[in-house]
Amino acid sequence: MSAYPQTPYGGSARVPPRRIGWAALDRDAPLRRLDWVLLAAVVGLLVVGSLLVWSATRQAAIDSGGDPQAYLKKHVLNIFIGTGLGVCAAMFDYRTLRMYAPIVYGLSIVGLLVVLSPLGATIRGSHSWILLPGGFSLQPSEFAKVALVVGLAMLLSEKRDAEDSPRDTDVLLVLVGAAVPLALIMLQPDLGTALVVSSIVIGMIAVSGARIRWVVGLLLAAAVVAFAVVQAGLLDDYQVKRLTAFVNPGDDPGGAAYNVSQGVIAIGGGGLDGHGLFHGPQTQGGFVPEQQTDFIFTTAGEELGFRGGILLIALLGLILWRACRIAWHADDLFGRLVAVGVVCWFSFQAFENIGMTLGIMPVTGVPLPFVSYGGSSMFANLVAIGLLQNVHVRRSLLPD
Amino acid sequence: MNERSGLRLVVLQVLVLSLIATLGGRLWFLQVHSGEAYEAAATSNRVRDIVTPATRGLVVDVSGRPLARNRTALVVSVSRTELLRQSDGGKSLLTRLAEVLDVDYADLKARTTVCGQPGAVRNVCWNGSPYQPIPVADGADDDMMDAVQQILERREDFPGVTAEQQSVRDYAGGGVGANAAHVLGYLGPVTEDEVAQAQADGRPLQSSDLVGRAGIEKEYDAYLRGTPGVRRLSVDSQGGVTGTISETDATPGDYVVTHLDAAVQKATEDALAAAVKGARTTGDPNKGGQKFKADSASAVVMDVRTGGVVAMASYPTYRPNIWVGGISQDEYEGITGAAGNYKILNRATQGEYAPGSIFKAVSTAAAVDAGFSVHRSYNCPGTYNVGNHLKKNYESAAYGVISFERAIEVSCDTNWYYFADTVWNRLGGYEQRSDAKDPFVQAAKGYGLGEATGIDLPAEAGGRIPGREWKQAYWKATKAAACVRAKKGYPEVEDRARAAFLLQLAKENCTDGWRYGPGDEANFAIGQGDVLVTPLQMARVYAAVANGGTLWVPQVAKSVMRPDGTVVKQFAPKSAGKLPVSKDTLSFLQRALTKVSVTGTGAGVFRGWPLDQVPMASKTGTAEVFGKQSTSWFASYAPADKPQYAIVMMVTQGGTGSGTSGPQVRKIYEKLLGVSGSTVRPATALQPGAAPPKGLPRITEDGRVLPPASAARKAAAKPKTPARTPRSTASAGTG
Repeated sequence: MSAYPQTPYGGSARVPPRRIGWAALDRDAPLRRLDWVLLAAVVGLLVVGSLLVWSATRQAAIDSGGDPQAYLKKHVLNIFIGTGLGVCAAMFDYRTLRMYAPIVYGLSIVGLLVVLSPLGATIRGSHSWILLPGGFSLQPSEFAKVALVVGLAMLLSEKRDAEDSPRDTDVLLVLVGAAVPLALIMLQPDLGTALVVSSIVIGMIAVSGARIRWVVGLLLAAAVVAFAVVQAGLLDDYQVKRLTAFVNPGDDPGGAAYNVSQGVIAIGGGGLDGHGLFHGPQTQGGFVPEQQTDFIFTTAGEELGFRGGILLIALLGLILWRACRIAWHADDLFGRLVAVGVVCWFSFQAFENIGMTLGIMPVTGVPLPFVSYGGSSMFANLVAIGLLQNVHVRRSLLPD
Repeated sequence: MNERSGLRLVVLQVLVLSLIATLGGRLWFLQVHSGEAYEAAATSNRVRDIVTPATRGLVVDVSGRPLARNRTALVVSVSRTELLRQSDGGKSLLTRLAEVLDVDYADLKARTTVCGQPGAVRNVCWNGSPYQPIPVADGADDDMMDAVQQILERREDFPGVTAEQQSVRDYAGGGVGANAAHVLGYLGPVTEDEVAQAQADGRPLQSSDLVGRAGIEKEYDAYLRGTPGVRRLSVDSQGGVTGTISETDATPGDYVVTHLDAAVQKATEDALAAAVKGARTTGDPNKGGQKFKADSASAVVMDVRTGGVVAMASYPTYRPNIWVGGISQDEYEGITGAAGNYKILNRATQGEYAPGSIFKAVSTAAAVDAGFSVHRSYNCPGTYNVGNHLKKNYESAAYGVISFERAIEVSCDTNWYYFADTVWNRLGGYEQRSDAKDPFVQAAKGYGLGEATGIDLPAEAGGRIPGREWKQAYWKATKAAACVRAKKGYPEVEDRARAAFLLQLAKENCTDGWRYGPGDEANFAIGQGDVLVTPLQMARVYAAVANGGTLWVPQVAKSVMRPDGTVVKQFAPKSAGKLPVSKDTLSFLQRALTKVSVTGTGAGVFRGWPLDQVPMASKTGTAEVFGKQSTSWFASYAPADKPQYAIVMMVTQGGTGSGTSGPQVRKIYEKLLGVSGSTVRPATALQPGAAPPKGLPRITEDGRVLPPASAARKAAAKPKTPARTPRSTASAGTG
């Protein structure tokens, strides 16, 4: 039950800004008000993900005489750094955060521009990376998702005086604001992230209450663009191949469809119970490329079987349910839109990632949230969780 | 926040839920519903089979001489993958290679083109796996060594070109120069469909394998092929070997022992070539002395006691070794095209010809069946009127009233015209539509004509028995075309007389083509008109007459043996039935055919032959073919009193039976029976004792193939057999 007095006008009450730190164990302390179910689901995914990353990388390291735990260690380090970033994102009241939205947005644009400069690097066919000294690398498009979520939420919830839904000019502004990073991402080219970003934009505009014609129009536009891109040959050959490989994986078993067929074989071979962690023959034999990153789910499918795979999907579902719930109970449109943006991001990216390993989605390189190896995406994901908690902690109404 | 926002949030939740549900459902389908299939796929993914090809079994003749064996040769192969990787699609690489190998670029290009792709030439193109190195040249001579040396020294100029020692087929001719191309057949690369089929049948084939495509190589491929050895290795994704799962050694292919005798085969081929050559220098009296074309020919030597094929030759022929290491486009067209007169056809089993008078061995039985006693005499006029159509004897010869036996000796056609005309009228003339009561059709069927003999060679032709039922069916099938011609005529035929004849024929065929007239019956009786037989069928008929009436299923293969000498399979002589004749008729026929060689149409052929010691049974045939020169036939068996071999030879557009084929058949008999001049020495016969060896060749531990023990003993025991004791022709006549 809420410790705050409810106003007669419903959810419009302003909650005084509170800071985590003092009276942390107070009954109404922010720490107690955290969404623990959400946190538990995230921790669950992080644990399983770490095991999977370990399993997917240790054999190759052993074969080449390297440290079998090298990837695991870096992965755990990434989790800790990400958790720190997430805590930061949760601490400052999100309503003050919106002040910084333009800065975050501007920084992400700069990051994306740097990628396209000579400082950028190409990894796995995508020119999406900035190499840092000491063997670290950054993927600005991951941070751009966070920036976009916050930035769009700000734009769409601005100027709330008379209207209770965004005006057409707001929506236009949002589209322009989203078009810039989207274009930069497409230039890399990173088709998968572009798709995720598009789903974030459309989802947030829809839930912002903008007129229905915007939603329908955007969905239609997305369909037309997708069709035109494939038809007009704007994609590189490898992209078209990866997209079509999932329709006919038998076409070219050694080439573009290799990932798909090997991944499907690995998952299918796992059966109900799986081969057991560290015992998946496809995984340990190194048959599935990119297995610790984009194809991590094949390790889950092969080694943990249907039980393990469905557990991962269920944990993701749990996170999405909690995020939806946070959106529903958010105090204001800004908070709700931040949560909705995260829901769209995670749901589409998870569907795209797992779907491609199951052979029902085209192969586009996006990581599986909280599970795949990779610093930038782990940081971005945990920051997003921080934002969700931020909105959750500072709501005024509690249903339970 | 407005209601619209809340509503859309609900919609978003539903969407998210459905995405999650989709993933869960698909995961269930893959892992639980069809998990087993994927488990199998995963296994095959992680296993590599290293295949050691099996040595193909030999084909040997009856005394163990190699007809098809293996030799080691340097084989140059080209990787198609590497060709495609070249910037110009491999053009310059193949050009360089062609230069080194001293062949045409176009030829290399054709051989490395995968069948079914644009520009592929049938049978020259590569129909094996596209990932398999494609052999383009082989050899063991110095030129080849030089070429390989160059390729190895200039590795960078020849990416993807390999040269290695491989086992290739060698058609050795038994070491005595026999050819036997048509009987042995050839090998070709296996197709991907066949690999899949073989997998299903449990006789695995590799995409690099060659399989039999014709002849014995095809018929007994399953025995000859052997089983390849397989080392099954477990591998990781890089192809690195992580262990051996199982290992089986290659089992070499079995040997096929044939009834063929390489020496007899060689003699038969020589005789056939001589017959053709002889005909081409002989003038055709019916065509104003124009030389005979002798465009094709065939001969079969059969063991009358088993139906084993001792020799089988077809003309024109080709070197069987041109198939080894892949055939070139020119060579392929040369043996399969009209320009090369379809050299690839085995005329002995695939050629169908009118038999002419050698058919009288069949129609005599029909005449007897129709009630014409062999002990009576018949009039043999120069001409006979069949249905208002005057039909002549050969050169219109008239012999007056003669015995049935004499009628066979001189091959009196008018006699059989009389038989046929009488039978036709008795059956009800044109009213009769059924073959059931026609003795000529029934006899032909009883002699195994009109259907394949069942010899162990692929793609055998069956010939044709043109009875009433056949004629009705044929008319139905061709009526429409004939009626069009009956109206339009033959304006494209320049010879006006011929055009008029064809028009007349078309008019008759259009309306009355189904009518089986007395002329049809008469033609049938003398093996003319629409009757078609294969030389093999006639060899079997004469073998059956010789052996007392058993119609054999002809056999080329005698047995299958393992390389260690164990007998896998013995092909016992297989009877296809008995000739539909009484003992009396058969001995009459034997007598008559024996007399043919003494005082009949075959007398000239056997002039000077020691008939008293080795009586011969024979029958000549000179079949007329509309628009072409006559076909020369000679059918025989010997010795007439103790038959062992039957020989049939034919030469199309080759003149008379006694003039062209007869003398050459005699040449074969001389070698086969050890006859030189008028002396008989069975020890000098090509087959020891003038009979095919009964036992099987022996295989020693070191792999050599030795002649059968019985034959070796026989030859050793009787190094100088004295000439046979004389025997009277009279005793032969009753035998």
